[in-house]
Amino acid sequence: MLGEYAAEDGRILAGGQSLVPTMAFRLAKPAHLIDINGIAALEKLNVENGSLSIGACVRHAAFHRPALAGPLGALLTTVVHHIAHYPIRLRGTFCGSLAHADPASEWCLVAATVGADITAISTRGTRTIAAADFFAGIMTTALAEDELLARVNLPVLSRDTRFGFCEFSRRAGDYAIAMTLATLRLEGGAIVDPRVGVGGAEAFPRRIPEAEAALAGRAPNEAVLRAAADAAAHAIDPLEDIQADAAYRRDLVRAMTRRALARACA
Amino acid sequence: MSVAGPTGWVGRSIRRLEDPALIAGRGRFTADLPAAHRVRFVRSQHAAGRIANIATPPGVLVITAADLKDVKPIRPMLHKFDYVPIGQPVLATDRVRFVGEAIAAVVAADEAAAEDAADAVEVEIAPADAVIDAQAALADGAPRVHDEVAGNVIVKGLIETPEFAAARAGADRLVRVALRSGRQNATPLETRGGHAAYDPTSGRVTLTCATQTPHLTRTAIADLLGLPEAQLRVIAPDVGGGFGQKMSLPPEYVLLVWLARKLQSSVAWSEDRRENLIAAFHSRDQHITLEGGFDRDGKLVSLSADVTANIGAYSCFPTTCAVEPLMAMAELPGPYDVRGYRCSARGVLTHTCPMAPYRGVSRPVITCAIERLMDRAAASFGMEPSELRRRNLIDRFPYVSATGLTFDEASYIETMELAVKHIDLAQFRARQKQARNEVRYLGIGFCTFSERTGYGTPAFAARGMEITPGWETVEIVIDPSGFVEARIGSSPHGQGLRTTLAQIIADEIGVEPRLIRVVHGDTDRTPYGFGTFASRSLVIAGGASLLAARKVRVKLAKIAGHLLEASADDIVLEAGVAKVAGTDRALPIESLARAAYHQLHRFRDEIEPGIAESATYDPPGTFANACHVAIVEVDPETGRVTLEKFLAAEDAGRIINPMIVDGQIHGGIAQGIANALLEEIVYDATGNVLTTTLADFLPPTAREIPPIELHHLETMSEATITRAKGVGEGGAIGAPAAVLNAVNDAIAPFGAEINEMPATPRRIRAALRAAEKRP
Repeated sequence: MLGEYAAEDGRILAGGQSLVPTMAFRLAKPAHLIDINGIAALEKLNVENGSLSIGACVRHAAFHRPALAGPLGALLTTVVHHIAHYPIRLRGTFCGSLAHADPASEWCLVAATVGADITAISTRGTRTIAAADFFAGIMTTALAEDELLARVNLPVLSRDTRFGFCEFSRRAGDYAIAMTLATLRLEGGAIVDPRVGVGGAEAFPRRIPEAEAALAGRAPNEAVLRAAADAAAHAIDPLEDIQADAAYRRDLVRAMTRRALARACA
Repeated sequence: MSVAGPTGWVGRSIRRLEDPALIAGRGRFTADLPAAHRVRFVRSQHAAGRIANIATPPGVLVITAADLKDVKPIRPMLHKFDYVPIGQPVLATDRVRFVGEAIAAVVAADEAAAEDAADAVEVEIAPADAVIDAQAALADGAPRVHDEVAGNVIVKGLIETPEFAAARAGADRLVRVALRSGRQNATPLETRGGHAAYDPTSGRVTLTCATQTPHLTRTAIADLLGLPEAQLRVIAPDVGGGFGQKMSLPPEYVLLVWLARKLQSSVAWSEDRRENLIAAFHSRDQHITLEGGFDRDGKLVSLSADVTANIGAYSCFPTTCAVEPLMAMAELPGPYDVRGYRCSARGVLTHTCPMAPYRGVSRPVITCAIERLMDRAAASFGMEPSELRRRNLIDRFPYVSATGLTFDEASYIETMELAVKHIDLAQFRARQKQARNEVRYLGIGFCTFSERTGYGTPAFAARGMEITPGWETVEIVIDPSGFVEARIGSSPHGQGLRTTLAQIIADEIGVEPRLIRVVHGDTDRTPYGFGTFASRSLVIAGGASLLAARKVRVKLAKIAGHLLEASADDIVLEAGVAKVAGTDRALPIESLARAAYHQLHRFRDEIEPGIAESATYDPPGTFANACHVAIVEVDPETGRVTLEKFLAAEDAGRIINPMIVDGQIHGGIAQGIANALLEEIVYDATGNVLTTTLADFLPPTAREIPPIELHHLETMSEATITRAKGVGEGGAIGAPAAVLNAVNDAIAPFGAEINEMPATPRRIRAALRAAEKRP
């Protein structure tokens, strides 16, 4: 159907928590809505071949409790409570958040940080897009108009992976002005495989290599974490809006990154 | 075991008589009414400019100013303070003056069709230079918002007491503060909306609308359309909050009545939230600079102030836009004894949404200014802020202020001492010190304030208002079955007045509150009155209820005396029964009512038929007071303020219903916290509103409001006959200053200071960055 209607401004409707408000403001006026709710194949949430597969109709609320044992399940449960409010989490979907690609989306940050694989299907075929190649700008992705984001696969994190998440928003449930997700392992007192993802601060969430470089192989002490946080604050190209100018966004990225790292190392 | 408590209904937390219908979803709101036509307004997307052309889609009824030549502009009037009267057309004529100004009204069968049609109306505007900020509007060469107002100053006041110059010259030290309060929107849960229906039989129009002032709305619209008031009926049904935004006349309501007459049909408009945030009345947006002169002991001897109030593009009816700057000038010294006072206050026109009163009206801002001054002065003396206040609060009554206001008996010092005790100031200071060692920054902020409430006619007349509110009338009627109805000119919209007035009446006539129906919000059913605003209704309509109920009691006693063959003086009314004191001779009130209507012959011409009494009350005004305390923690890395606790010790005189009083204060404090930390309407440089959803304009959620601890004192002032003072606004007045003082206390170790509301995390971080001092 999407193949047929995409050219005529057809849009996929899953949870509707972004699209419907946009329509209410008359900013989006799709000619056709294709409702994918009720398609059993899109509701799957399971672990296969070392990754967690999240179907297009899996709601945020599916992560209120860990979807799997281990760090990834705990990470998703930590993050989900920062997404909007309870009624919204009952309807909104993980994949819908990625397709919408709001810079402040927590799930987009998770996808970028842990390295999600995003599966898009269309009448032309199926392709998998790496998270690093998926986000293209504010609410802009690599998805073509006729492609359905069918599922997202998150790599299951090894048992010894540690994570820390920290978000700043004005009120409980508001969009993040800045947030950091960090994952790492500790081997022999040194940080190994650090990943530092920053969201809400730039056009789309991404890993910050400068911060990761400041951590790799070093001991997780206060000075190292601060250096990584400073590196992240310097590395970003901050969004500016009424909530935060560039200087304030850097302040927040520094604070969120240091705290996320401290939680990961605790 | 006995518990001392109220003997009658007054003083008891009975459940609100309003609530069973509301919580069961059986409230009746304006938007519930079906209408033949729905109206959507086409609004200006330019802050300033000339309308070049309006192109309307074919087949759609579109009303523009060209159709409204017989409708007068809204032109509220003030007779003092160099006020320059300006008119606001119901639909913009040749010029637009703010983003959101209504230019055309589109009429369609339903809401969606009206929105589609409104989108299809093309308005061509030749933009002109706009001025958004009040300081910029005062600059030489700034664009004029109205041609007839030079320099954009629409109203100005200056007051200087004879003692000022000498007192200032003799001061030991001068302390200054410059405070900026951002722009807010009152954000009632129910936005504005109206429904006008034409009655072909009588030719009358009934306007049902979300208003706080049905009678004044009738007066205003009848005048603007050139109708006798009798041709218009205004109904305020259940109204979902107003906070002042619904006391000023929306031009949209005038259009609805005009349209219902033109179409001889029913028309309705429901404002959406975006419209409300852009084009419903805004509030606050003031700059205040203050200078206090103190003697060596910390006594305030002189105070000078300059108040600049951005009033937007038009002046609101009925108060006029002067209400903010003039109240600031009159009441800025607050609860402090100071003889040397000077204040200049100006209302300045800008190309922004018009301003109107919002809960607190100027006092949240002036209180914040003087309370910041007090804290800065305390710091300069190395004194606890509460100690400096102790040396300056009014403690003798009646007190006549430097500006000539008479303060009735209150408890300025007592409420503060109560707050200091319950917050345990000494223990807090110890905890604060320890927290700083742990690199955590706690702060405490006090705010002591007076709140003038229950303004009667003379208080408003002093401002020179053409429409001078003051009195209220209450009619109490007992029907032949003995049911009591009280008809009031006030117009409650969430305050619980049906309950509290019933409690007052119940104690006089010995009938349970649930058997007393308070009728309001219908100009056909109630005596003329001014409505509900300015913390006035419980004081004024409550006083009138007491006076009318006393008349009813006299009449019931007289009737009972006749029927029970006793002296009226010996009749006691309680629990629905009239009895002869000390005997078992009694009659239910129902029997008295039957006799008064149906058996008049039994009274030998000594009573008038029926039971209907009316009374009016017009008090001199009274000052409520309170001390608010906030404890906050500031995260210096993010600028986030977390409220740990909020405490208020308040005194609004006699409490009629403690639960309702607590609810009023809780709600006000939540709005005050929002004022201090969260809510701000932001314009860009060209006059576009950037905060058009509740994701950008940030009312607090329950998660942002800390536990609130309340303490009450009840000073029985003789300034009102019920001994009750107004309590509707106090929460919103005290909270901003308490929070801002607490934030400043927390960041003091950095040498940083913030005097701007809302104190957003971004602004706090900027202040900390600028201070560059490590604690």
